[in-house]
Amino acid sequence: MSQIYRLAEGGRIDRSRTLTFSFNKRKYQGHPGDTLASALLANGVSVVGRSFKYHRPRGIVAAGVEEPNALVQLGTGARTQPNLPATMIELFDGLSAESVNCWPNVDYDVGSITQWFSPIMPAGFYYKTFMWPARYWMAYERVIRRAAGLGKAPTQPDPDIYDKMHTHCDVLVVGGGPAGLAAALAAGRAGARVILVDQQPELGGQLLAERAVVNDEPALDWTNSAARELAGMDDVRMLSRTTAFGYYEHNYVALLERRQTGPSNTANGSRERLWKVRAKQVVLATGAIERPLVFADNDRPGVMLAGAVRQYVNRYGVTPGPRIAVFTNNDDAYRTVLDLADSGVRIAAVVDVRTDPVGELPEKTIARGIEVIKGSAVVRAKGGWRLDTAEVMALDGSAETVTGSVRRIPCDVLAVSGGWNPAIHLFSQSGGKARFLDDTACFVPGASVQAERSAGACNGAFALADCLAEGLAAGASAASAAGFTRKSRRKKPAADTVGEAALRPFWVVPAVGGKRRGKHFLDPHNDVSVADVELAQREGYESSELTKRYTTLGMGTDQGKTGNIHGLAIMAGMRGVDIPTVGTTTFRPPYTPVTFGAFAGRDIGGLYDPVRVTPMHRWHVNAGAKFEDVGQWKRPWYFPQEGETMREAVDRECLATRNAIGILDASTLGKIDIQGPDASELLNRVYTNAWKQLAVGRCRYGLMCTEDGMLFDDGVTTRLGENHYMMSTTSGNAARVLAWIEEWLQTEWPELKVYANSVTESWATAAISGPLARTLLGELTDIDLANDAFPHMSFQEAHVAGFPARIFRVSFTGETSFEINVPASHGLALWTALMDAGEPYGITPFGTETMHVLRAEKGFIIAGQETDGTVTPIDLGMDWAVSKKKDFIGKRSLNRADCVRADRKQLVGLLTENPKDVLPEGAQIVSELKDRPPMEMIGHVTSSYHSANLGHSIALALIKGGRERTGETVHVPLVGGTLTATITDPVFFDPEGARLRG
Amino acid sequence: MLLIHCPWCGPRDEIEFKYGGEAHITRPTEPDALSDTEWADYLFMRTNAKGLHRERWVHSAGCRRWFNVARDTVTNEIFASYKMGEKPPVEGGS
Amino acid sequence: MPLTLLKYGLRCSYPSRPFLPDEREAKSTYDVVVIGGGGHGLAIAYYLAQDHGIRDVAVIERGYLGGGNTARNTAIIRANYLTPEGVAFYRESMELWRDLSNVLDINLMYSERGHLTLAHTDAAIRTMRWRAEVNKHLGVESEFVGLDDLATLCPELNLSRSVRFPILAALYHPTGATARHDAVAWGYARAAANRGVHILQETEVTGIVREGGRVIAVETNRGRIGCGRAVQAVAGTSVQVGAMAGLRLPIQPYPLQACVSVPVKPVLDPIVVSGSLHVYIWQSQRGELVMGGATDPYPLHGTRATLDFKESLTMHILELFPFLAEARLMRQWAGVTDMTADFAPIMGLTPLANYFVDAGWGTWGFKATPVAGKRMAECIATGRQPDILKPFHLERFRDFRLLGEKGAASVGH
Repeated sequence: MSQIYRLAEGGRIDRSRTLTFSFNKRKYQGHPGDTLASALLANGVSVVGRSFKYHRPRGIVAAGVEEPNALVQLGTGARTQPNLPATMIELFDGLSAESVNCWPNVDYDVGSITQWFSPIMPAGFYYKTFMWPARYWMAYERVIRRAAGLGKAPTQPDPDIYDKMHTHCDVLVVGGGPAGLAAALAAGRAGARVILVDQQPELGGQLLAERAVVNDEPALDWTNSAARELAGMDDVRMLSRTTAFGYYEHNYVALLERRQTGPSNTANGSRERLWKVRAKQVVLATGAIERPLVFADNDRPGVMLAGAVRQYVNRYGVTPGPRIAVFTNNDDAYRTVLDLADSGVRIAAVVDVRTDPVGELPEKTIARGIEVIKGSAVVRAKGGWRLDTAEVMALDGSAETVTGSVRRIPCDVLAVSGGWNPAIHLFSQSGGKARFLDDTACFVPGASVQAERSAGACNGAFALADCLAEGLAAGASAASAAGFTRKSRRKKPAADTVGEAALRPFWVVPAVGGKRRGKHFLDPHNDVSVADVELAQREGYESSELTKRYTTLGMGTDQGKTGNIHGLAIMAGMRGVDIPTVGTTTFRPPYTPVTFGAFAGRDIGGLYDPVRVTPMHRWHVNAGAKFEDVGQWKRPWYFPQEGETMREAVDRECLATRNAIGILDASTLGKIDIQGPDASELLNRVYTNAWKQLAVGRCRYGLMCTEDGMLFDDGVTTRLGENHYMMSTTSGNAARVLAWIEEWLQTEWPELKVYANSVTESWATAAISGPLARTLLGELTDIDLANDAFPHMSFQEAHVAGFPARIFRVSFTGETSFEINVPASHGLALWTALMDAGEPYGITPFGTETMHVLRAEKGFIIAGQETDGTVTPIDLGMDWAVSKKKDFIGKRSLNRADCVRADRKQLVGLLTENPKDVLPEGAQIVSELKDRPPMEMIGHVTSSYHSANLGHSIALALIKGGRERTGETVHVPLVGGTLTATITDPVFFDPEGARLRG
Repeated sequence: MLLIHCPWCGPRDEIEFKYGGEAHITRPTEPDALSDTEWADYLFMRTNAKGLHRERWVHSAGCRRWFNVARDTVTNEIFASYKMGEKPPVEGGS
Repeated sequence: MPLTLLKYGLRCSYPSRPFLPDEREAKSTYDVVVIGGGGHGLAIAYYLAQDHGIRDVAVIERGYLGGGNTARNTAIIRANYLTPEGVAFYRESMELWRDLSNVLDINLMYSERGHLTLAHTDAAIRTMRWRAEVNKHLGVESEFVGLDDLATLCPELNLSRSVRFPILAALYHPTGATARHDAVAWGYARAAANRGVHILQETEVTGIVREGGRVIAVETNRGRIGCGRAVQAVAGTSVQVGAMAGLRLPIQPYPLQACVSVPVKPVLDPIVVSGSLHVYIWQSQRGELVMGGATDPYPLHGTRATLDFKESLTMHILELFPFLAEARLMRQWAGVTDMTADFAPIMGLTPLANYFVDAGWGTWGFKATPVAGKRMAECIATGRQPDILKPFHLERFRDFRLLGEKGAASVGH
């Protein structure tokens, strides 16, 4: 039979349409406006999941985000979502969901045998067991991991889109209930830019669950007119299905908007949107979350929160069961009683812990002939798959014991209310400290730390009239604080005051005869019971934080939204102190779990990080280059020809460059344009060598250190004019070097008249290198390239292949080289022209790998490869580039004792005994071999290649006191065996530099 | 995400800025005259204030200007931003 | 079935003796006062009593046991550092970890699930090889693995070449492990208390009294406590406590954030770290994905959470594990870390004759808990800096003998 518990009328569901859905592979029906939870209740589904630890059957408890039990796996395949509360899933046609954490199914769950062991699985169980012998833990762990974990993550990439919005507003109102609506109205009427967010599909908040009256009309009529008025204001944005989940510093609030209901479809745009709101003022109107009363086996399916029962009846037209008992310590639960009675649902009885409930609502209840059992408590819920009986006993005067005989009240649902906890999560996230109200026994916001104010139930004002009044006041004062004070003559919403009597603070029903039978759950999600908390306290975990950690109370997906305060109350009782002395909980974002996808937004896949390419990139791609990531740059690594291995390609490129001509795209080298009368002075301070005497048109190699004396970057800088230099940096360091120079200029040397600017992308650079480089360049330009006219380390401006160019005669390969710079737009044309003209000479494009081999043959370092932030210029044998006279950044540190130790690691060359062996980079060098570790390491290999030119392998290494050890034999123990090598000078090729100067 | 007031551009999200360490530590004019201990102090020792802290920031994704911020290192409250070379407008603390 | 389980099961109730002993009345003076009741401080106290017979010890904690960074770290244990000094130190720590559950008689859930550090660039490959080689020479299991091995070790990783920074290789540390962080503090606390150590919670040090180059007492919110020797192990407030003793420490406080997802069934066995992508992740026994990244970019003595952290963390995670987009982030927290200039701790003697420091633990203090406790205890008991602690001496900043651990420590934790 379909929807047996659907009431004949009522609710905000669309009964004209029927939706079909499946739960645990069974088909059911519901209506638009239902949640999965309400539809399941309508269909009489009582067991919806199994508990985390004991796998006890569990039913729906709540109607909102606080639901601890009804966690489901929604959908299948790449879009499957684990651990969603059924109370927050809007029903759609074809919805398919399954319970999490049951195997093979919710009705017959193998894991549930653990509940028979429950006497021996108390808090801290894992710490005391599974530990002997220790090596077995890993095996136990595997089993435990499989048993834990709730739902399943998808196994395929998510096809959905997530996007983000940044926005500002004067007043952000969180919560679309009576207080939030009133606040938004007041702020909007004052002229402020307002954003109103609410997590439900429609506005109204708690009013959706009530049969309340505002301005003498049904509250939801008022809600609708308020929404219409807000929608008519220019500067008001209303976001429904949107959760404010994080309140961060400087009034920065994160919202998650669920933009698709029903099956997600990328054709409809993003599935979720992360809003990042910077608000001048915030009004928190986040409502309250009901808390239960705790008694034996209070997790039986059918035991629910009273407010939730009311919500199912009023909002969804569903009764969770045909015969409902109510257990309360306050008047609010009587609203549930009266609404149920009005809808014709049988009330088995009301059990009130108060001896004399005197409020209007209990009186009405009694007047209607409904039995109210006063001064009593439910001591135990009985039943198998679902509740069938509530056992009730009388409380003694102090409520410390239960007395008398047990009265058994047959019922299918027990609606429980222990009062309401203001939802102070966002307030707490904002940095505020909560304070405890004794009369309502709950924490409310204390003093504001940020520009926010709380209104309504989240502020401890539970009565509708108070919610409206506080909301109006908060909205007006927030607008005023943001500078908007326009007065409004519109009618203020008002509601009648109901005479409610005080609640009686009450948490856990005393055990029958002082001995606790059954389980009293505080945190049904994590299966944490009263006994667990008591045990933790007895064992010495006195601090509430320790107890929380020991028992895992409040650590589940619901983050303890219902039961945390009971834990505090129990600890307070055991320690004989009051609740605030025990502590409160500091809430952290997110308020409810948020998908990784929403946080990441579009910054994944192709948009993860920008790719930088040079103007010649297309040519490289067409030539079949393999690329290497250098920072954000894509640089050609090598250019394999048909059938070539990397080694073969690199050997060919190396030989061609040494014997004829090679060409490298050097556009990625950092280029910083430095101009001003103090340009030379700046260089003098940031480079270790002297710069004041450099002639115009000449280039100089320089080293930069950080203030601790360690090498930071190197490169060639050219004096283009009296007050004009072009600095080059390593490709990966360009931005860092510019930022470094800017920092010094702005913070320490503001008196220097000099500007530095990145021009890296303004120029394209083709470097031609090799014995025929001059010949080729001669064909494309008309300047004198003779050695005297254009010597090594000099610069000329000229036209090359018709393009205006800056030509730098500098060399990183050890061959005669010209780095030809043209405006970036001409880069590809220049490259093509060089390739065409060079063809007769055998011009060969080469990539970074060949560049690395050629420079290593020459013993040239790469900053970041030969160095790692612990290497000084002296360690590298570059004393010649370090001035003894002038000051520079890092100079003082180079004089310190540790920087001049003889046993510092120094740059040397290594030649392997067998010329074919190529040492792995990173390999460790020992002077004394031992059979087994530990072995003392004297250094490591920084660069290592096969050199086709030399016919053997070469390596650069940093070795302790290495320069003194030249000629010594060292060992490199590796997995496959130990290699032997000789320490040499780091320059392997053309030590005199005849070729590069020739 | 702090809201930082750049003296040149106005209030902007923290993501546009980079932190640059404690402010008002001047590089010694004659480093060679310093003892090893004094030099190590300059390099490594910072006040590490718990409370008011004056520090450098750079508007790296904006005007690229360096400036100073007076911030509370416990609450992240920002009391003031001021240009390089200006006197700190906030008294007290370290 | 484990014997302890049966033992408790047959008795049907737990032994009445508290696991953590009752707090005792503070004495007016102790031989050693340990400032800080986190993992390190409690371990120091335990090893003072256990190894050196020094039982007249008080551990002073301003909050609750292990409530600082012991409670806030992500519980990763490894020894695959870069410098020989670092590797030797953490190797000893791992040796202690392996037997610690038995020694302390508490299940620390020490789980050697393996640790992968991914390389996305040529430079990273070089560093991974370097680390593997240093590790092996010092007897730490560590190897450089290529894509084929990675596909076996962690089939969930996105090894596609068509991502922005493809994974090229990894450093594999088979003995990399995780442990239940809270239990470490509890285990040391109980073991220390059982040996006579007094543990004073909610006792905040407000001053340190010196006389003639020595510390003679600590002032607390519960009054003055005399001491023969004192040691500080107070991550996050090292500078402030050190200043009470007249010490200047080259440390700055940077928050480190971390978070967990809602629990899901097992999807990930090893611990996975990517330095280039600034992220690490592992899956706890409860099924939560435990994740973190680099420290925040500016100093703060606070543990607030930020949105930027979550945004950047998840985009990196989704590059490595694209199927996790539907996983949901559930809980986030932060700790205040002590960062030093060379990403290495400061341990041992100070200019004060009887005052010792255990600080500068940055993001890697948890894994060092046993060895720091053991060796600091030795240092305090003997008054000499043990060899293994010599590289970590405070004086290294003055002497400029810094450790080059940055590359291996920055996101590795």
